[in-house]
Amino acid sequence: MGFWKFRFPWTRLRRLGIMGMNERNADFILPYNPRRNFPWVDDKSKTKALALSAGIAVPKLYGIVEIEHQIKKLREIIKPHEDFVIKPAHGSGGEGILIIIGRQNGRHRKANGTLASDDEVGHHISNILSGMYSLGGLPDSALIEYRVKFEPLFEPISYQGVPDIRTIVFRGVPVLAMMRLPTRLSDGKANLHQGAIGVGIDLASGRTFCGVWRDTPVDQHPDTGGTLAGLEIPYWSEILALTARCHDLVRLGFIGVDIVLDKDFGPLVLEINARPGLSIQLANKTGILPRLRQIESMSEIPISIEERVRLAQQLVVSNL
Amino acid sequence: MRNLHVKILALVLVTIGVSLCWYKVTRLGLPLLPTEKAEVWTVEARIEFKAKKDAPVKVRFSIPRTPIGYTVVDENFVSSNYGLTTADDGILRFAEWAVRRVKGYQVLYYRLNLARDPMAAEPTASFTVPGVRVPEFPELMRSAAWALLDEVRSKSADAASFSRELLLRLNAPTPDPNVVLLRQDIQSPEDWVRRIVNLLAAADIPARMAHVLILKDGISHGTLTPWLEVFDRGVWLPFGPETAENGFPKEAIVWHLGDSPILDVSGGKHAKVEYSVRRHSQDMTLVAEQRARQMGSRIMEFSLFSLPVQTQNVYRVLLLVPVGAFFIVFLRNVIGIKTFGTFMPVLIALAFRETELLWGLMLFTVLVASGLLIRFYLEYLKLLLVPRLASVLIIVILLMATVSLFSHKLGIDRGLSIALFPMVILAMTIERMSLVWEESGPAEALKQCLGSLLVASLAYLIISSKVLGHLVFVFPEILLVTLAMTLLLGRYTGYRLIELWRFRAALKN
Repeated sequence: MGFWKFRFPWTRLRRLGIMGMNERNADFILPYNPRRNFPWVDDKSKTKALALSAGIAVPKLYGIVEIEHQIKKLREIIKPHEDFVIKPAHGSGGEGILIIIGRQNGRHRKANGTLASDDEVGHHISNILSGMYSLGGLPDSALIEYRVKFEPLFEPISYQGVPDIRTIVFRGVPVLAMMRLPTRLSDGKANLHQGAIGVGIDLASGRTFCGVWRDTPVDQHPDTGGTLAGLEIPYWSEILALTARCHDLVRLGFIGVDIVLDKDFGPLVLEINARPGLSIQLANKTGILPRLRQIESMSEIPISIEERVRLAQQLVVSNL
Repeated sequence: MRNLHVKILALVLVTIGVSLCWYKVTRLGLPLLPTEKAEVWTVEARIEFKAKKDAPVKVRFSIPRTPIGYTVVDENFVSSNYGLTTADDGILRFAEWAVRRVKGYQVLYYRLNLARDPMAAEPTASFTVPGVRVPEFPELMRSAAWALLDEVRSKSADAASFSRELLLRLNAPTPDPNVVLLRQDIQSPEDWVRRIVNLLAAADIPARMAHVLILKDGISHGTLTPWLEVFDRGVWLPFGPETAENGFPKEAIVWHLGDSPILDVSGGKHAKVEYSVRRHSQDMTLVAEQRARQMGSRIMEFSLFSLPVQTQNVYRVLLLVPVGAFFIVFLRNVIGIKTFGTFMPVLIALAFRETELLWGLMLFTVLVASGLLIRFYLEYLKLLLVPRLASVLIIVILLMATVSLFSHKLGIDRGLSIALFPMVILAMTIERMSLVWEESGPAEALKQCLGSLLVASLAYLIISSKVLGHLVFVFPEILLVTLAMTLLLGRYTGYRLIELWRFRAALKN
């Protein structure tokens, strides 16, 4: 290595095909995601209804609270369920999600182990309704839904919350996938910027290969010590097909699909994101741009889901 | 395709902005820097005479025509009950005062404000050669004149060199007998110039006397200085009659041309005119504005200077907001700094203008810190969001009033100048900060708060720059350039600076 081989960091990032925030917004979100289709993904209750009508599996909805007055009915909604999740319909970045894992002496146990009364749960819902967690502070509604019981396979690499699988889907073809593992730092949430671990997944085989935590590569889960690489994700081609169908569902060209593996119900679509983050590139140790540009240059994308999944798996091989 | 469109649009905007700016700087002389001062000369001619009994008074006074190298900022006539007209015959310009009946001593004033103007028009060439009236010299002088002229003619090529040679000989310290003869019976500088004009006429060279006023600060009973002008190939060339130097003296204006009287009073006696000159400096923008009016330029009619002063002051602040906004665009899309809210730092920076930076930062810190404490207490009360925000807002305003009162009692009147401090923004900041505090911990909240303050301080430093404030106010078209740069940044798809850090793990291999 001589001095003459020096390259500026940005030219090196370009060579690696890593996409930056400006490029994502200007070249992919703006041209491929028409604004009028955003409500389908921004409102989780709409996404859920849409998915159900298309026969896509989602966590069961127990109830929706839309106005302050309905909080009184909360007790009725949650009566049959020991555990449940409350989330804002317009939330983003995993904010405002309250996870109740059980009941004790009439009080609710939260995911982090502390107890909360009915009133406190009601206050949280009230905060959601007034728009505390929604984009732009607009009035919101609160969803009360099934708490996912994750696949026991993920036990050694998960701390408190539920791990999920994030896949970037471009023009209906999955291009990059990662598993997101909550840590103590992320407080049970699966968002990388809050401290969750991202683990790259080989699209062709569904096998995990490496992890990244707070922008640095890791091999083991910092809280449980479980090994991150070499894990084979069950139902892999089913998961890929599910993500590909989500594109048809919301008619957005560039999306991030979050899927959880429930031990009873299998893969469930948790949410769809119209502005997916970029850390997935770090988790996969690869830039997303070559794959995106390749799909962008294709004049036509196959309609059948199987062909699209096959295309996704070929993409990886051709880019290696 | 879309990129090309944006680039062309940006180019058009930059072209319009820069060319308007260029026109204003070069043609109208608007200064690019706020400190530029123009030198303005105030010249005053004082005419006095004693009116004759029962006779109408008519005063005819020669006044300058657009002096070369200067622009007339304004001119006015002080003449209480006289009727006034001005006349211009193409060479000379006159002011004519008239009144039917007056008594005793009369004083009239003519006042002229001049500013140096390097762009002022050059004198235009005239192609009609003025006629020469061959003078008649007394017998003795005639032969001396012819002898001198013959000598000079043999040592010159054209009118200009002839005049120069003649002047050198006439002003020689050891004159030859011919010159001594010609110098006789000269009483005044006017006589001297008249003699030279006659000598040149005898050589068939048109020449005339020019009366110039030398601009020198503090002259109070000044007179005009006679000068010589020689016609050569379509232009009048000035010569110093006693120095033979080319050109008019530095800092001088031509007041009157030719041999006709400068002041002519009918119906008055003991007429006298005196000149006074004063130099002072004036804001360049005002001079340029007046000059543009004189030039009849339409652009200055649409300048912000034509607004009422109060509105002008509002725009002085308002026009800086786009510059701050562009700065935020740069910090967010090119650097990648995160702030509370998109344009909150600009508004904070605007508030800092009222309080100045250090005091503003202290105030902001005190208000946000105490607001946060109260916000945590309100959280314990489990209030609904909007009432809670309103409560924080009310408390913020009460806190501001308290701070003002205390600082006033302590004799620091700075605290009173915070009227514009954006309370709603402060309340929202407190709310957001407490959310970040709960969700991501105090470290993250403090980090984001410091980031916002840093951006606000930088924005303040940019906004409060005197040069920038002057530029956007005098040349609002600069905002078109700002717009063009913002549009270009809107299609910037390169990495943000912090992304180079964020993706550093990818760079390691």
